[in-house]
This record gives sequence, structure tokens and C-alpha cells, in this order.
Amino acid sequence: MTNTTATRTLVIEREMPHPQEKIWRALTQSSLIEEWLMKNDFQPAAGHRFSFRATPVPNWDGVVNCEVLLVDPISRLSYSWGSMGLESVVAWTLTPTNGGTHVRMEQSGFQSEQDASYKGASYGWQKFIGGLESVAGRLD
Amino acid sequence: MQADADNLFRALADPTRRAIFERLARDGELTVHALTERAGVSQPMVSKHLASLKRARLVHHRRDGRETHYQAQPQALAPLVDWMSLYGAFWRDRFDQLENLLERMDK
Repeated sequence: MTNTTATRTLVIEREMPHPQEKIWRALTQSSLIEEWLMKNDFQPAAGHRFSFRATPVPNWDGVVNCEVLLVDPISRLSYSWGSMGLESVVAWTLTPTNGGTHVRMEQSGFQSEQDASYKGASYGWQKFIGGLESVAGRLD
Repeated sequence: MQADADNLFRALADPTRRAIFERLARDGELTVHALTERAGVSQPMVSKHLASLKRARLVHHRRDGRETHYQAQPQALAPLVDWMSLYGAFWRDRFDQLENLLERMDK
């Protein structure tokens, strides 16, 4: 089977008035990561496999399976991000600026909506829409 | 489009309609009669549910003599599995939390 599907990338950037070194710590120390992202067993070592764990919700088991791909202190960090059929890569880039640090998060590997919908349909979409009653309730 | 998404959410919010859609997705094309036999509701109710699924573009129908055949259109589920928009909201929220943490790390 050929895989010529184009993928899409999500980019979020923000200027933060904090030193680069401090942001690097928040991105790479397990206990600090937990405070802003999720529980984890992250270690800043390429090849390390770890997971993020959140409280499961009706449409998500709360688990993200990851592998550290790149650790380049204190500028670049990336890890794979697999959850509910989505296989993606999260890459962080820190760049010093006059007032602090430019933080860039790039998540790549999103398949086209068409593919995603088929995947969703075959992957247990009914689980995904388990909480829809309440959503629909708010629409009226 | 928001109206499409609303129709989709409404269509799938009902368990009987979900069961009908699920069955079509699993078994392929079926007639209203075949669907009624297993749906546990009357044929007019099944037809009503199918109309709702049709509005949400979740099913496609074709007439063949006196029978109408229905087919699932799983690509209509796309708005539900648009990971990018879900993750966009997710990461913006986490960026806020990261900034909160950075503030606290100063102290």
C-alpha cells in the first residue's frame, strides 16, 4: 500500500517573558511537565519511550504514547505523539529574544480530514461521540 | 460549516439513530424493511431517523422500484475527528498553563 497522503501541521507560537533556560526546564522536567501538560514518565534522552496520562473521559482513554526523538538543550525538543489513531510528532523550538523567549510548538502528521474520518469510523467513532448527547443538548 | 456540524451532532445524539448508522456502516447497503426488522421501532420511526441521518449527510439513498436502499457515508463524520482543531484548542490551553507555571517558578 502506498502512502502518499499529504499531512497537515499545527503551529502554535508565543512570546514568553521568561529566560530560555527556565522554559527548557518546564518542558523537560517530568514533575514540571505534569504541572502544565499531563502526568508523564518523560526523560530527556533520545529513544526514551514514555507516556502522557490524563484522566480518561468518555471519548478519550487519556493515554498518549510517545518516544523522545530529539533533545538539543536548551533549544530543541521533539517527541512522537500517538493517541487514538493519531500518529504525530510534537516539536518544540525555543529562541531567545530581547524580552524573553519565543516558544514554538509544531505538531505534524495530521492526515487529511477525509482519511481521519475513515480512520475515526473504523477506529471506534462511537466511543468518540459518547459525550455527544450533552453537546447536542447545548445546541438547542 | 456550523449548520452541518449541528445536524451531525443532533443526528448522532440519538441512540437509535446511532444504531441504524452503525448497522449501515457495518453491513453495507440495506433497505428500510431490513433496517426495521432489527431496529426495535416502527417503520415510520425508522424512516424519520433515516431522514435525520440524511440531513446530516450520514446516509445516502437510492430508489429501486418500491424499495429504498440506504448506505452509510462515513466521511460525513469528518468534523468529529478533526484532530487539528481539537489539538489547536488543547495546546492553546496548555500554553496558558505553561505560562502560569513559569510565573510561579519565579517565586
